[in-house]
Amino acid sequence: MSASLDKGVRVLKEMIDAPIASYFSSCVHCGICAEACLFYTETSDPKFTPIHKVEPMRRIWQQEYTLLGRLAKLVGLAKPVTDEELGKWKELVYDSCTFCGRCSAVCPVGNDIVYMVRKMREGMSAAGHAPEGLKGAVTRTINIGSPMGVKLPAVKAQMKHVEADYGIPIPLDQEGAEYLVTLSSMEIINFPEYLGAIAKIMRHVGKTWTLSSEAFEATNAGMQIGNSDLARVIVARVVAGAEKLKVKTVISPECGHAYTALRWEGANLIGRPFTFKVQHIVEVLDEFRAAGLLKTEGMETDRLSFHDPCQLARRGGVIQPQRNLMKMVAKEFVEMPEAGYMNWCCGGGGGASSIEEGEYLRIEAFQVKKRQLDAVKPDRLVTACANCRIVLEEGLEHYKMNLPVVGLTETIAEHIPDPE
Amino acid sequence: MDQLQFLTWVRGPGLNLALLVFVLGVLWRLIEIYGLGRKTDLSAPRHVPGASGWATIARRSLPAPGLLKSSPVTYIGGYIFHVGLAVVVFLFAPHVALVDALVGVTWPALPSQVIDFATVVTMVAMVAVLVDRHVKWAKRFLSTFGDWFAWLLTFLPLLTGWLAVQHLLLPYTLMLALHILSVELLLVCLPFTKLFHAFTSFGSRWFNGTMNGHKGVPV
Ligand code: SF4
Ligand code: SF4
Repeated sequence: MSASLDKGVRVLKEMIDAPIASYFSSCVHCGICAEACLFYTETSDPKFTPIHKVEPMRRIWQQEYTLLGRLAKLVGLAKPVTDEELGKWKELVYDSCTFCGRCSAVCPVGNDIVYMVRKMREGMSAAGHAPEGLKGAVTRTINIGSPMGVKLPAVKAQMKHVEADYGIPIPLDQEGAEYLVTLSSMEIINFPEYLGAIAKIMRHVGKTWTLSSEAFEATNAGMQIGNSDLARVIVARVVAGAEKLKVKTVISPECGHAYTALRWEGANLIGRPFTFKVQHIVEVLDEFRAAGLLKTEGMETDRLSFHDPCQLARRGGVIQPQRNLMKMVAKEFVEMPEAGYMNWCCGGGGGASSIEEGEYLRIEAFQVKKRQLDAVKPDRLVTACANCRIVLEEGLEHYKMNLPVVGLTETIAEHIPDPE
Repeated sequence: MDQLQFLTWVRGPGLNLALLVFVLGVLWRLIEIYGLGRKTDLSAPRHVPGASGWATIARRSLPAPGLLKSSPVTYIGGYIFHVGLAVVVFLFAPHVALVDALVGVTWPALPSQVIDFATVVTMVAMVAVLVDRHVKWAKRFLSTFGDWFAWLLTFLPLLTGWLAVQHLLLPYTLMLALHILSVELLLVCLPFTKLFHAFTSFGSRWFNGTMNGHKGVPV
């Protein structure tokens, strides 16, 4: 057994806990999870059946933690997990899983399959079978500070731009501010309007906020690749930044997985509860709305629909706030079939969008999004995740659909009246 | 061993042995699985009504939104045969009498014609899900020997019981003995096959419901 395989198997063994053992014991091979997974429904290839994606882990569980499996192993009847096999599983564990969690929402015996895939990735990356695209993103995050290689000077340059465009100063490292605003690289590079929108909204509601020079990047490629040690290093930066500036709340940007990394995995990664609150920007805006602080004027008159990022809605429990906000500014807000809790993934979550060789799969999988969109024919699509936005744009372009995609925060900010 | 001796054995030592393996097997498996434990979640919980393990145990008994249409045989066949099995196992007069004799608890039974009908319907539903397992891609792909075996283990008691009551194929005594034997086989194998989901699906639903409930998602 090669050293890396040995390590991978050991990590997989460590990952197995009571929920996973219970899930494997419960599976009745009914195939219902397949019908919920966009990679199966859009390709009809049964290898993309969610529970099959964790098959090597099942065998390790069986051989290590069950009486009969151990007996079988003892007499040489068990099929060991091989390096070659894990290599083949890369496509199943990474390229064709976006952590969207639809499978976990439907399994009749209650299996949380995405929980299992997340753990499976720990073993895969330990065994050296993670995709190159993700490996690069992790290395850049650890060494440079962001998956896209963005450094502080780039952030500062953007701050300057925004200050010039909006005439609002962008606070940096302001101790005692109420909110620490974090960003995703995607926003720093592709969507500068996000930062401008934040500045405008914060001035409007009269809240103190700041960026941090050490904790500007909210995304976590360590979590996506399945390496908790690196994920911890990355999340610890945000924790350190937030605690140093003594903020009350860290705002996760328009990014789905950054929210999961900060809101749900973060405390578990660093091994202690946070001393601050974590909220997605959409939750914060809805709080401002509910408190009567956020007052918009005017309405968008074209037909708008909203794409729920999986990590925000199904995996994060934030479903109503974005709808409250949409209704503030959209005259005609149409919901796609299955929107909200059961919304279909854009096809590029969970790090999948950084896997080059998985592109053909994303394009195939996008057909379900196309059907959802065709059913309501919006003029513009609003979302709250920069990654969804990029993946959606790629899919729309491929299928020659002329549909602009915009962020919710900037859409709201456009309706904030200028101060007298 | 003649038919009567065979029947006497399956009713006496055979049944005791099967029950012993069943009880010990179930206990062993439960410890083997749930003894692994899990880490406590340190993230700040979000409280939402209906987002809990117990709620998910109940909620997952219904088809997930949109899935009934894509897996109709699995769902409808599955409902019919699970309910049918429960009816036949627990509401057939001789079964009620057996439980009464063993542990002294009793409840009203259904008329035998109703049980007859339920048995046939259950068997038809089981055949339907078996055919579906063969024709539906993802299901067929996932299927292993264990799936066909578990199906057979469940089907045999139904078939032999029905044949015995109808006095078909074999003499009643022999068929009844085979019926009891098939139940014993089921009991012995249940803890070690996928049939164990009869126990763990509650645990799985609870874990899924609790862990996502922590996030305020009623799964
Ligand atoms: S839906 Fe659940 S029980 Fe059915 S095959 Fe998938 S994991 Fe197994
Ligand atoms: S999480 Fe989503 S993409 Fe991954 S297996 Fe489940 S349904 Fe498929």
